[in-house]
Amino acid sequence: MSTPHPDALLSVRDLRVSFDGTDVVRGVSFDVHARQVLAVVGESGAGKSLTARALLGMLPGNATATGSVRLREDSGAFAELVGAAPKDLAALRGRRLALVPQDALSALSPVHPVGDQLAAAVRSVTRVSRKEARARAVAALDRVGIADAARKARAYPHEYSGGMRQRAVIAMATVNEPDVVVADEPTTALDAELQEQVLRVLAEQREAVGAALLLVTHDMAVVREHADRVLVMYAGRPVEQGPARDVLGRPRAPYTAGLLASLPPDEPDEPGGRRGNGRRLPVIPGTPPTPDGLPPGCAFAPRCPLAEDRCHREEPRPRPAGDGHDVTCHRWDDVPYAASDLFLEQPA
Amino acid sequence: MSPSAHRSTGDHPLLDVRDLVVRYGAVTAVDHVSFTLDAGETLALNGPSGCGKSSTAMAVLQLRRPASGEVRFEGTELTALTDRELRPLRPRMQPVLQDPYGSLSPRHRVRDAVAEPLRVQGRWDATGPARVAELLDRVGIAPACGDRLPHELSGGQCQRVGIARALASEPRLLVLDEPVSSLDPSVRAGILNLLADLQDQLGLAYLFICHDRAVVRHFADRSIEMREGRITGTA
Repeated sequence: MSTPHPDALLSVRDLRVSFDGTDVVRGVSFDVHARQVLAVVGESGAGKSLTARALLGMLPGNATATGSVRLREDSGAFAELVGAAPKDLAALRGRRLALVPQDALSALSPVHPVGDQLAAAVRSVTRVSRKEARARAVAALDRVGIADAARKARAYPHEYSGGMRQRAVIAMATVNEPDVVVADEPTTALDAELQEQVLRVLAEQREAVGAALLLVTHDMAVVREHADRVLVMYAGRPVEQGPARDVLGRPRAPYTAGLLASLPPDEPDEPGGRRGNGRRLPVIPGTPPTPDGLPPGCAFAPRCPLAEDRCHREEPRPRPAGDGHDVTCHRWDDVPYAASDLFLEQPA
Repeated sequence: MSPSAHRSTGDHPLLDVRDLVVRYGAVTAVDHVSFTLDAGETLALNGPSGCGKSSTAMAVLQLRRPASGEVRFEGTELTALTDRELRPLRPRMQPVLQDPYGSLSPRHRVRDAVAEPLRVQGRWDATGPARVAELLDRVGIAPACGDRLPHELSGGQCQRVGIARALASEPRLLVLDEPVSSLDPSVRAGILNLLADLQDQLGLAYLFICHDRAVVRHFADRSIEMREGRITGTA
């Protein structure tokens, strides 16, 4: 898949991010379509946040991105973002691409009223009067469900509750009706109820402004509820991507199977808890490799219950496993339906 | 189950909390909360941020003295005791905290972090090093990791060291405050398995604070739902 899909809004090909010559993101390719929710999942250090940051041109100064990130223009032509001038990228951010960061408090200035910050965001990309910018700011706060938005617009972030601050940050990201919203772990710092609220608001905003949503998360329950497609990353590379229903329902990469197996079952247990071995969860043995200590062959092979000789020698390439479903594994066809059994460990 | 989540077994429960009230100035964080917990049992406290679940845990440990109510642990009423009188009981009820890095001193090697409770409690002798090695083995930390500093460990390994350190005091009760919330799923599963094994082997009681309902359903025997300082449901 080297040319962008003609309907894609954002098309990423062989994206690599390196620090001091070491690749941390090692070749990521995917397309995002309008109004689609793509979840990027994986564990700490898998490269999912760096992938998201690279799309926005917001990598740390000592990181180098190569490959291609193309954004479709209104004309239908694609603009290349990798290697674009910082000035051009800055002009796209807010207007076409927006970030919902993890930490809502640090994303807002503590010394300006929230409404002023939103109005400034409006005026930074659109030439409108102060009054018009102000009105759009209040409308954006209202849209994310902040009651009495006109009054709340005059309040400072510290006067907002945690959930309201996260909503305000979503309002900030969507006020200019961007085409792609990147949400980097938008709910990890929040409790279950606020998580639900924030995800609902994100979904509503996506509908309201017609944006695509790229949702970086390690929470598979969030993926199950909210994603159309899912991209699973391990050691800087996609191991599997496809429709969320297919990937979660019938994982083809052993890593995805292990990740899903390690979640507590979501059907309610009979009250009284589980005792003995019934309480043990499947676990992926070992730990992920560091970017400068990758094993030969498949990066997951040392932890993989299905690994054979070839896996330790030869790095697998992505191959189709179903309709729009790609897997990067030599043994994808041998991953059983009850894949969680592969990862059951014995009690200590 | 009655709304106050009492369950009577044998003589008296390991932990019996009655009408607990915790205040911070004019704010009532915990408002007449009552529950019991038996040896070998896991009781989950769950609810949204600010519902009073951590304040309840801190008051059980007497790290925050309650405004009123009783905390009876192994038959002893703790709220009436002075700090000095509490000291000999403290080893028997140990906290395990959410932030695995924050709960270990950055300058203490793993081995020393686990040895510290033994030294502080005057139980360090010739068998100390073997005891530390045994504790690390019990939580699945390789002996070679004993010389490492916390920043050289993964989040899951840090949490295991925190658990080994708590076990060094030979507790009967562990107060687990969101012990897996900051961990990746497969690491989280390993820690939950470890806690389940330790409970089966040692008969520990767990007061388990967790906001993830799926984890609570899987792991806890019973759960209490809190909101605005009050118990709003039990399961």
